[in-house]
Amino acid sequence: MEKSGDSGAEASAGSKAPHLITVTFRIRRFNPELSADAVWEDFTLEIDPKDRVLDALHKIKWELDGTLTFRRSCAHGICGSDAMRINGRNRLACKTLIKDITTVKDGRSAKPITIEAIKGLTVLKDLVVDMEPFFQAYRDVMPFLVTTGNEPTRERYQSDADRARFDDTTKCILCAACTSSCPVFWNDGQYFGPAAIVNAHRFIFDSRDEAGEQRLEILNDKDGVWRCRTTFNCTDACPRGIEVTKAIQEVKRALITRRF
Amino acid sequence: MSTETTEAGTDDARRYDVDNPAPLITAPRARTARTPKSTRTNFELYGWLFMRLSGIVLVVLVLGHLLIQLVLDGGVSKIGFAFVAGRWASPFWQVWDLLMLWLAMLHGANGLRTVINDYAERDGTRLWLKMLLYTATVFTVLLGTLVIFTFDPNIR
Repeated sequence: MEKSGDSGAEASAGSKAPHLITVTFRIRRFNPELSADAVWEDFTLEIDPKDRVLDALHKIKWELDGTLTFRRSCAHGICGSDAMRINGRNRLACKTLIKDITTVKDGRSAKPITIEAIKGLTVLKDLVVDMEPFFQAYRDVMPFLVTTGNEPTRERYQSDADRARFDDTTKCILCAACTSSCPVFWNDGQYFGPAAIVNAHRFIFDSRDEAGEQRLEILNDKDGVWRCRTTFNCTDACPRGIEVTKAIQEVKRALITRRF
Repeated sequence: MSTETTEAGTDDARRYDVDNPAPLITAPRARTARTPKSTRTNFELYGWLFMRLSGIVLVVLVLGHLLIQLVLDGGVSKIGFAFVAGRWASPFWQVWDLLMLWLAMLHGANGLRTVINDYAERDGTRLWLKMLLYTATVFTVLLGTLVIFTFDPNIR
């Protein structure tokens, strides 16, 4: 099924503008109200290669097929709603430029760009998945500051070195790109998954927090950090560049040495 | 629903509608309320540590074993009953072989246990595969230990 993207009062009406290229987007569609099967659907449109994949999805949804369903909120790589599997890799659609994932020949992209929902979570419709198991694992590691004693009247001080200890893992935006790229999580959703461990790491190594032991005990479970097979899929997938596998290894080391 | 009775199973597109959506494909072994609670033991920790430590020791033991058996002193052709009897006369080689047997079997069994945990989807499959694995491991370890300790060079 092919549709042309020349509709509407775009500047490209008639002959296309010189900076635009023709790209085919092959999108995994699933609508339980129509069919039990997911199918690939092609959309061909003219688009600026400097645009993002999210712009292409917008163009498809707003001008070609309004039934296309996907999540996005901020559209600028902060909210983490639009993680999807683009050309077989988990990425944020709003941070992926079309020119970075396609080779242009004669004003056309050589191959279609495939877009599908992230794996390991139940697909609800098109690119939207049920994130509940992901957030359940996140809640299980107590991702909040736990302290004892009276609350100080001033801020809780922390040295630069103490802050730097967990700086990398504060960058997580909970997009699920890492967890849904993890082969252990694909097979066994009971595994906490990289994102939950990253967020546990953020508090375990925070000098102000006092529940590190408790979080380590949670992750010492058989579905905790020991299920990690160190495949580095999570590190490759993270759109924020967090060294996820390293964080998981640091939690393992903290469990063995009980120093954190 | 009228379509259900008239065209059930013939036209996929007609079978499902807003009131009767297709079933969703849930992930295997999702975390549910019936998921067993945490065991609160250090078993997985020790299992993980054991794999690393036994691995290091096994590199020395196995490579040394292969070198002695297959390369040095005329290679594999020298191996016979007399050669084995001569080696096991020394407690050093008895301990070497015993250590290698136990570490290799437990290392391999623990590795297979994690593979089974990762890949078996149904609880029943996992249980039976593990039972098979543990039985085979215990049998091999006990048999090997028995042979090393009761080996009789004068047997006929």
